[in-house]
Parts: sequence; C-alpha cells; structure tokens
Amino acid sequence: MDLGTKVAEVIEASSAEFVAQCYKLDQGPALGSLVKTEGELCEIFGIVYDVETHSLDPGRRVIARGEQMETQDEVFRANPQLARLLSTDFRVLVVGHRQGDGLHHYLPPMPAPIHGFVYICQLEEVQGFAQSLDFLGLVIDARLSVSVDEVVAACLRCFSRAYPDSHAFLVKAGKELARLLGGDALRLNSVLKRLR
Amino acid sequence: MAEQNLDERTRLGTVVSGSLTRGVDVKLDASISVEDMVVGRYVAIEGEKRRFFGMITDVSLEALDPRAMTTPPDVADPFIAEVIAGTTTYGKLRVLPMLTIGGDAVSILEGPQPVKTVPTHFSEVKLASQRDVELVFGAEDDRRFHVGTPLDMETKVCLDVSKFVNRSNGVFGKSGTGKTFLTRLLLIGMLQKQAAVSLVFDMHSEYGWEGKNEKGYKVKGLKQLFPSKVAVFALDEESSRWRKVSTDFVVKIGYGDIEPEDIELLRQTLNLTEASTQAVYQLAREFGDKRWLKTVLNLEEDDSKQLISKLNIHDSTYRNLRRGLESLRRFPFLVPHAVDNPVQRILEYLDRGINVVLEFGRFDDSAAYILVANLLSRRIYARYREKAEKAMGGDMAPSRPLVITIEEAHRFLNPELSTRTIFGRIAREMRKYNVTLLVIDQRPSGIDDEIMSQLGTKITCLLDDERDVDSVLAGVAGKSELKSVLSKLETKQQALVFGHAVPMPVVIKTRDYGSAESYKALGFLEAAELKKKTEKDIEGLWAP
Repeated sequence: MDLGTKVAEVIEASSAEFVAQCYKLDQGPALGSLVKTEGELCEIFGIVYDVETHSLDPGRRVIARGEQMETQDEVFRANPQLARLLSTDFRVLVVGHRQGDGLHHYLPPMPAPIHGFVYICQLEEVQGFAQSLDFLGLVIDARLSVSVDEVVAACLRCFSRAYPDSHAFLVKAGKELARLLGGDALRLNSVLKRLR
Repeated sequence: MAEQNLDERTRLGTVVSGSLTRGVDVKLDASISVEDMVVGRYVAIEGEKRRFFGMITDVSLEALDPRAMTTPPDVADPFIAEVIAGTTTYGKLRVLPMLTIGGDAVSILEGPQPVKTVPTHFSEVKLASQRDVELVFGAEDDRRFHVGTPLDMETKVCLDVSKFVNRSNGVFGKSGTGKTFLTRLLLIGMLQKQAAVSLVFDMHSEYGWEGKNEKGYKVKGLKQLFPSKVAVFALDEESSRWRKVSTDFVVKIGYGDIEPEDIELLRQTLNLTEASTQAVYQLAREFGDKRWLKTVLNLEEDDSKQLISKLNIHDSTYRNLRRGLESLRRFPFLVPHAVDNPVQRILEYLDRGINVVLEFGRFDDSAAYILVANLLSRRIYARYREKAEKAMGGDMAPSRPLVITIEEAHRFLNPELSTRTIFGRIAREMRKYNVTLLVIDQRPSGIDDEIMSQLGTKITCLLDDERDVDSVLAGVAGKSELKSVLSKLETKQQALVFGHAVPMPVVIKTRDYGSAESYKALGFLEAAELKKKTEKDIEGLWAP
C-alpha cells in the first residue's frame, strides 16, 4: 500500500475517536498504524484500533459462495456486485493533533469532520509524532472494543518500523510503558512480550 | 582531564526520600548497575543551595509492583530485561550525608561543614570526584599525612596528624587484617610531620627493625627507614642479636622499680589471690617500696614464718604470693640491681625527638608486657606531668607531645584494670599532660566503654564480632549505617577511619607499605642516595 495516500473517509466522528470507510474493500490500514485527517482548524492524528468488513445493508447477511471455486478471486469475479454491497471500515482512536506548527499529544478541540479524507502517515510523520510518547497514556487509559494492550503493542510495532534502530525505539517506548504500568507488573509483562 | 572529571562525576540517580538521621534514599538511574555500587563509597549530592558529601551505607533492590517478586518478568528475554531495568525494578542507595559546602563565597572559604539538613527532593547524585575528596580531606602538607585512598579512587585521603596526636586513638581489627601495617604508617606519619614522638611497646618485635607480611616477606621497620629518628630498645638482648637488630639500649629493670601496683595488675597472669595482692602492700610498707621485692625473694623459710606471723598474713596467702613472685625470676630483664635507668634513657631519647621502640623479643607474653609497659609508662608519664605543670607555671617550654603505642590493649584497659593502670589515666586525661595513647587491639569489646568513648580517632579494619563492632561504633552518628560499612570491609588493606582527625568517616584502601616504591614515597633514601644528599647538604653549608 502506498503510504501517505488517501485510503478512507470519515463516516462517524466524536472527540475521542472516529470511524472511516475504506475506498477499497479489504484495503484498510494495519492495526495500530498512525492515520490523520484534516480538521477545520487542525490536523487530527489517530491510531487504528479496529478494522472491520461488513455488509452495507444490515438486513442482508453475507453468505458463503465459493464452494465450487478454486480461489477467492473467482468468488468476486463471479459475483461482481459483492464489492458494492460490502464495506471495510476502521475505527481510529484520536491521540493528538497539529495546530499551526505545534504538535500536541492530546485531544483536538473539535472532532474530525464527516467526509474528511483519511491518510496513512508517512514514515517521517510517524517519527515526528512518536518523538514524544505522551500519547501512550491516552491509549492505555482508553476503553475500546478490542484489547487495549493489543492495540498498544500493535501501535508500537508499527511505529518502530519508522526508525532505523527499531530496537532502541522499542526500549524507549517500553520504559515509558513501564512508567505507566509500573503498578501492574503482569500487564506490563504481557504488553512487552507482544512488542517483538 | 575534563573528560576524566566527567567520568568520575557520573550521575548515579536522584534523591527520592530520606531523613538526616537515617540518610537519604537515592533511586539509581537505569544506566547505573547496582553491582557497581559498593558501600563505603563517596558520593556528592547537588542540592539546591549547597553540595553535600556522603557515604553509601546500603544498596537495595526495589520494585514498583510487589507482585514482580512473586511472578518475575521474563528477564531471559534481553529486551524485557533492558526495559524493566531502572523502571519497574531499580536499585536504591542509602546515602548518609556527612558534610556540606554552601554555594556562596563565605561558605566556600569556611570549607566543608557538618550536615544539619538534607538535600531537596530529586537532587542529583554523583560519584564524588577527586577534587571533592581533596576538598574534604585536604592535600598532603606539613600537618596532613597520606594514609590511603578512598575505594575505587586514586585521590589521597589525608589524616590531620596534629589533630590526631591531640587525643588518644585506636586501631582495631581482627587478627590478620593489617593493623600492624596501618600502625606502622601512623607512626611514620607522626614521625614525618613531627607532630609527636612515639614510644612503642612492641610486643611482637615488628615495628622497630623489621617485620613480616602475611606471605612471610620481610618488611622494613621504622629504624631501617629513619635511622636517625628511631631508637630500638630491647628487652631481650639475645633475641635482638639473633635477629641481627642493632639495638640502642638494653632495658634492665631493677627489683626496686617494681611497685605493689605492678603486682596487682599481674594478679591474673601470676595467678594471685585477692588476699595475696593485699599482702604485697603490707610487705611494701614493711620493707619500703624499693626493697620489698628483693627482700621477699631472698627470705629463708624461717624468716618467712616470722614475717607472716608478724604481719598476720595467712600461710596459704603467703605461699600463693611467693609462688607468683618467684615466677618473675624467669624474666632475665628483671635484675636485683639495675645499672642504668631505662626510664631516664627513654626520656633522653624522647626529649631529643627520637622515637623509641621497645622490642620484647621472646618475652611476648602478657605478664612481661603488662609489667614492663606499665612500669615504664607510669614513670614516664609522671615526668611528663611534672614538665607540663612546670610549663604551665612558665618555668619550662612545653614538651613535645608523646604518643605511647600499646598492643593487646584489652589486657590493660578492660573495665577491671582500666582504673588502675596508668593507661586508663592517660586515656581519660587526654592531652592535658601532652601524653596520649595509640591503642591497638583486636578485641575492642574487651576495652572499658569509658576509655573507648575517649578515643579521638578510631581506625578500624574488618571486625566481625557483633560486640566488637558495637563497641567501636558506640556514640558515633549514623552508627547503624557505619556498621554495615564496617562489616563489609575486605579482610586486607581496608579500614574505616572516623573521628577527630578526619572531617568525615571514610573507608580507605590503606597506602602500600613494603615495596621499594612505598619506602621511597615515605621518604626513605637508599644508602647511595643518602650519601649524595648528605654531600649536597655539606656543599650547601660551605657555599658562599
């Protein structure tokens, strides 16, 4: 996937998170990756925490169609309407915003605008954003539909790829986690184990 | 140089809690391994307004979550180990602040002062630099003598010798921990800085001419290093001859010099009963202080009977006494008539500023040692006292301070004897009469508490008996902290120094003694060099 390209559009938004629909089926960003969308006053950054593909019509369930076929592609070729009936959405936890020159690791004043375009951040942008690991506090404390620890680990793994010395980044991030989760050694352990 | 300084002043961590009495707790930075921290090491704390100097007294491991102890993290994984080091699990130091220097000009001029407060929260803690140590202990000069280096450092720790000789002092440590080497250094320090003259009662003949180290190699004694400033007196001429020691004087003590008090001190060693020691006083009254011993030893059976009935002494008491006194005959240095007066001789040497080492040769048992050391010291002390009193009246210049070195001090200074021996008095009366003690002992708990509390500076090598440690540290601020330092000393060449002559307690690696370089560093000149120096001095004398 070409990083930095437009991948989705905001279809639901609140101060703390937003939902975006992908332009292409099954082509959502990876779990934990950093995405951004243009707000009215600022650029809003978020971490993808849940990716879901579902039927657009809540009344029509997807049914299995490939019993007689060799590959998955054949299913889509034989049923071209499927691409229009299904949709890939992803949920994003807002972790910061850029207003003017200032990059802030806390919630923006306004939620992401509906139909705002969503981009996957470039490596340089990830590096810039992850210079401060203050956003980890927001993620750790969030109540999400998926396991927070999984999201944290996935996010740090994603971010570490932006660094030439990914180990050093992970150690730095691990120490920040240790500070946040100091009182809960078991949870810390389980997150740390997922960082590799 | 700047780089080296940076290295020395590595940041260790920050102050997180503590109190003045217990010391402050320092959380170690993740980059510092707890294994590099050793008790006794010096650190500097940069407070907000002043700098503090302290000593590490404890090192501990801490964890944020107590559950980490029961379900330890997977440290086999190097990543996890790296992350948790210094974060959820970290090292903690207990540092006892001891001295402080304020930031303003006046405080800097005043130099280090005792601490009366603690540094603020999160003050930075660093290893003390060489300069810090120099600032605290001063550089070697005409008053300060280099005794060793702090742990893991090259800086010299100096002892203020002029302060040292002001009080009685003690050197303690288990057998084989280097008390003798340390004492030799102290004696040399006093000699070199000319702060005092020493009289050493050298029980095992290891200070005067030469001694041996643990491996059996010979090391030079004081006389070999400073022939013009040290005289060796011998109690056992024969042993000196065998050992090829050039003695300056052979000590013989006349029966007339032995007083009833001397016998009383020997009560245990001579196996005398209480009644027979009392009988000695009766005999002395009967025959006179000078003649009683000789008379009693020469009494025939009949005369004895007459005597005891006259003095109303019980027969068994007399027998017990006679048996004890007879055993004094085995000492060849006790003679019916002494030709020369050893006390006079010793005083002559001391007056000339020459240190006297009395070697006991083969008579290294406690009976001979207690008898001779007491007897001589009592008379010497009396003379010093006389001189000091005359000096007070302005008739005489005050005499040079005298330091009497005694070994196995617990035999003289135990609670039972300390009030009776002259050494107990010297220790208590301190420097009033210019005489102080250097007490060397391996069993400090045997020494009277009152005497221990009077010792100005204590230098102690490893002690592992709880009672000994307690008695050495009695009355010291931060006792329990120093206790952990003391009990962790290495068995060789390490000592804890605290008290009057050092600004703060310090653990030192004692200065080398025994190698050619060490002799040179102590000011010893080989024969050829000495000749050259003398020639040069003579040339200087005649130069226009």
